[in-house]
Amino acid sequence: MAVDEPAPVPAQLDVRVQAADFDVGAEIARLHAGRTDVGAVASFVGLCRDEGGTLAALELEHYPGMAEMEIRRVAEAALARWPMLTAVTAIHRHGRIPPGDRIVLVAAASPHRTAAFEAAEFLMDFLKTRAPFWKKEHRLDGTEGAWVAAKDTDDAKADRWR
Amino acid sequence: MKLVYFAWVRERIGLSEETVDVPDHVVTAGDLIRWLAGRGDAYAHAFEAAAQIRVAVDQEHVPQDAPLGPAREVALFPPMTGG
Repeated sequence: MAVDEPAPVPAQLDVRVQAADFDVGAEIARLHAGRTDVGAVASFVGLCRDEGGTLAALELEHYPGMAEMEIRRVAEAALARWPMLTAVTAIHRHGRIPPGDRIVLVAAASPHRTAAFEAAEFLMDFLKTRAPFWKKEHRLDGTEGAWVAAKDTDDAKADRWR
Repeated sequence: MKLVYFAWVRERIGLSEETVDVPDHVVTAGDLIRWLAGRGDAYAHAFEAAAQIRVAVDQEHVPQDAPLGPAREVALFPPMTGG
């Protein structure tokens, strides 16, 4: 064993499920605060989208407890797959979210960009297919909309990583 | 056994959770879905597309052919649409 090798710093893992909004800039700053060995942070922000001009809000239902645990399991899988990652943050909101507002943030930090880019996409692909959240539409005319249907293309995106 | 329901499974049944005594012939998650579907019209509607239903045992995803074992909490819900 080389005695001069510095002990590896464990990756920082931050998973939050919350009703409140989050500050993207502050979260990215936290991912590399106090470190000079991080060369790349890749992030993804998912927003509430209104395609037809009829959406008042999405109601995001979640399974308390399991939602956090499942996102944590996905994040741990990302750290195992890209061991050079220095930090991962995943924040998912629940409750009523109007169009244009933020729903989800994933961000990954690494010495180099490739691991950060790939891990961010991996996190989103598995978060979408495994984290227990469900979206219901509320319409501007006051009527209750439909539950958003899961897409086969999301399963296919997650399957690419297997 | 405590059962918890989410999204349209919860709405169709009209309950978010309940405690049930499960008969001995219910061994797997799929058996549980089939047994629940026979408990009345609301349950039949909730579980009419049985293959779509996702199951979590003690807050971990399991396939429908997985044995329930000594599960404390079983969750039944539609495919997830977060993110």
